[in-house]
Amino acid sequence: MEVQDTKSTLEVAPRNEEKIKKIWKTAFILLAITVAEFIMAFTMDRGILLYSLFIILTIWKAKYIMMEFMHLGDEAKPLFYSIIVPLIFLVWLVIALIKEGSDIFLMRW
Amino acid sequence: MSAHSTAIEVSTKRGIWGGGNEPLKASYGKLMMWFFLLSDIFTFAAFLITYLAIRVSYPAYAGAAETFTGSNEYWPVPELVFEALPFLHGVHAPLIFVGIMTFILIASSVTMVLAVEAGHRNDRNDVVKWMLWTLLGGITFLSCQAWEWSHFIHGTDGGSLLTYVNGLGQNVTETVFGANLMVNEYGPAAFAQLFFFITGFHGFHVTIGVFLLFLCFYQAAVGVYDKRGHYEMVEKIGLYWHFVDLVWVFVFTLFYLI
Repeated sequence: MEVQDTKSTLEVAPRNEEKIKKIWKTAFILLAITVAEFIMAFTMDRGILLYSLFIILTIWKAKYIMMEFMHLGDEAKPLFYSIIVPLIFLVWLVIALIKEGSDIFLMRW
Repeated sequence: MSAHSTAIEVSTKRGIWGGGNEPLKASYGKLMMWFFLLSDIFTFAAFLITYLAIRVSYPAYAGAAETFTGSNEYWPVPELVFEALPFLHGVHAPLIFVGIMTFILIASSVTMVLAVEAGHRNDRNDVVKWMLWTLLGGITFLSCQAWEWSHFIHGTDGGSLLTYVNGLGQNVTETVFGANLMVNEYGPAAFAQLFFFITGFHGFHVTIGVFLLFLCFYQAAVGVYDKRGHYEMVEKIGLYWHFVDLVWVFVFTLFYLI
């Protein structure tokens, strides 16, 4: 078997400290939001207000993951919109199925 | 070419319909990963929205937290179901374990994005280092989930006294311990079914992710990407891994918080 050449022929660029700092900042924001959700879970009364806050914070976290970690914001605009726009269908699915679920609740109980 | 993507030469050997051009300024592989992830978003969204629909079709537990007992009459409060820790039997630690799991997965996502950043710089040592941390995070998360499932299936010491229809169609009243697809001590049958199905499907994705991470780690370490001339594979597998984290963020909110 041929011995693999492990010497890199590619030029190694220096660390981009600014980018790395931004990654850690995003990580900190995600952690802070999660901790806030934890505190809310134990201090606030369960109800529509708390649940809406949870969902808003979750979507906020999702935005950070997609934009900063997956670099979707840096992609070409058509690619960005072809990923984001189809998700609009989910808004209707949420409305339709929650209505359906609450109607089943009224029928059953 | 966008600022963050790896520069790769468009091969002249490939035809225009064989990935030889980049209409969206992203390589063929990255584009396909994005559209695969879009379809996976819809799959997970369908599961999670189904969870919401079934959840609102049951009454929620309304009593005081201290007197909570599992019943198939109402939906349980998650922080009273998921409250155990490994090695600390009988300690009431609501949501602590799942909080640790969430932290591990977010941390592995951070190390993954650092590996992608190192890949942009063709820095093999950094890629290998961060891929190894990510791999470790992925394996730890899976181990935690295995424990979580095991505890969920075996149940608490006391169990719950339930009346339900068993597999033979008989109406039985007995103390139920743990959970299976027929009955569980925590709440309605659908609660455990959805838990197994959704966290199981997510765990399956994580498992595939761990295999991909290992492949990427190995190939980076032996110099495959140096030979190839770019580290785009790290970026593609990174997209998948971040997606797994993204789904967990929603699973966490819906199953453990709401």
